[in-house]
Amino acid sequence: MPPLLHESDPMTVASKRPEFRNINAFSDLPSYRLPVAGLISILHRISGVLLFVLLPFIMWLFDKSLSSEISFARFRSAFTSGLWIFPAFIVKLVVLALIWAYLQHFFAGLRHLWMDLSHAAVSKEFGAKSAQAVLIASLLLTVILGAKLFGLY
Amino acid sequence: MSVNYGSKRIVVGAHYGLRDWLSQRVTAVIMGLFTVVVLAQVIFSRGPMGYDKWAGMFAAQWMKVLTFAVVLSLLWHVWVGMRDVFMDYIKPVVLRLALQVFTIVWLTACGGWAIQVLWRL
Repeated sequence: MPPLLHESDPMTVASKRPEFRNINAFSDLPSYRLPVAGLISILHRISGVLLFVLLPFIMWLFDKSLSSEISFARFRSAFTSGLWIFPAFIVKLVVLALIWAYLQHFFAGLRHLWMDLSHAAVSKEFGAKSAQAVLIASLLLTVILGAKLFGLY
Repeated sequence: MSVNYGSKRIVVGAHYGLRDWLSQRVTAVIMGLFTVVVLAQVIFSRGPMGYDKWAGMFAAQWMKVLTFAVVLSLLWHVWVGMRDVFMDYIKPVVLRLALQVFTIVWLTACGGWAIQVLWRL
């Protein structure tokens, strides 16, 4: 039988340290404070994945709007009388999501390039400020273009 | 370039990450400039934007070539980005490989579609 280790033995103390295992996305993540720069970071991924998933729809819009007068009319009717099983309202919502994703990815991408070129842009304070600017610019333009899309002006 | 096959093949090295990082920046700049070019043409066109004006924008050969370069940039950019996402969140190798294959198929299909649209215009 091995000798019993005393409480002050380094081996015993080391084994009593708190353990950090993988965090759970549902029970742990909501309690984490996410700074605005972190929000921009995860939104960059979300908007990128959204654009990737909707790429065939983007190609459809590109195809129908360009190919002929008849296809252009089909392109327009998607916004007035719907597409396939989706009513026009859903089509507009999806296009609005595309507009948001593109703007978010575009402005956050500019911020990325700026931070690659300038050391001054890579500070905690400026990182937060530029992240706020990205958020405001993308949301503001999304609202303006969304209002146009839904015929508010 | 030096020999990079057989026993001389480089299988590890820092330049892999640098290449992905740099290509994502370069392709982003190309797509960003294209966005500005298209938006400028739409904003500064006179009268309502109908089929004639929209298709006219893409009818010129230089615009087709530029759009083609943008499509290739897009495929490359999305590949690097999606691969990053899969490497971070998808741990089972089988699932990750399947998703990467799906991404390649998804992207090449969309790329082929874009080329067809461009050169039958």
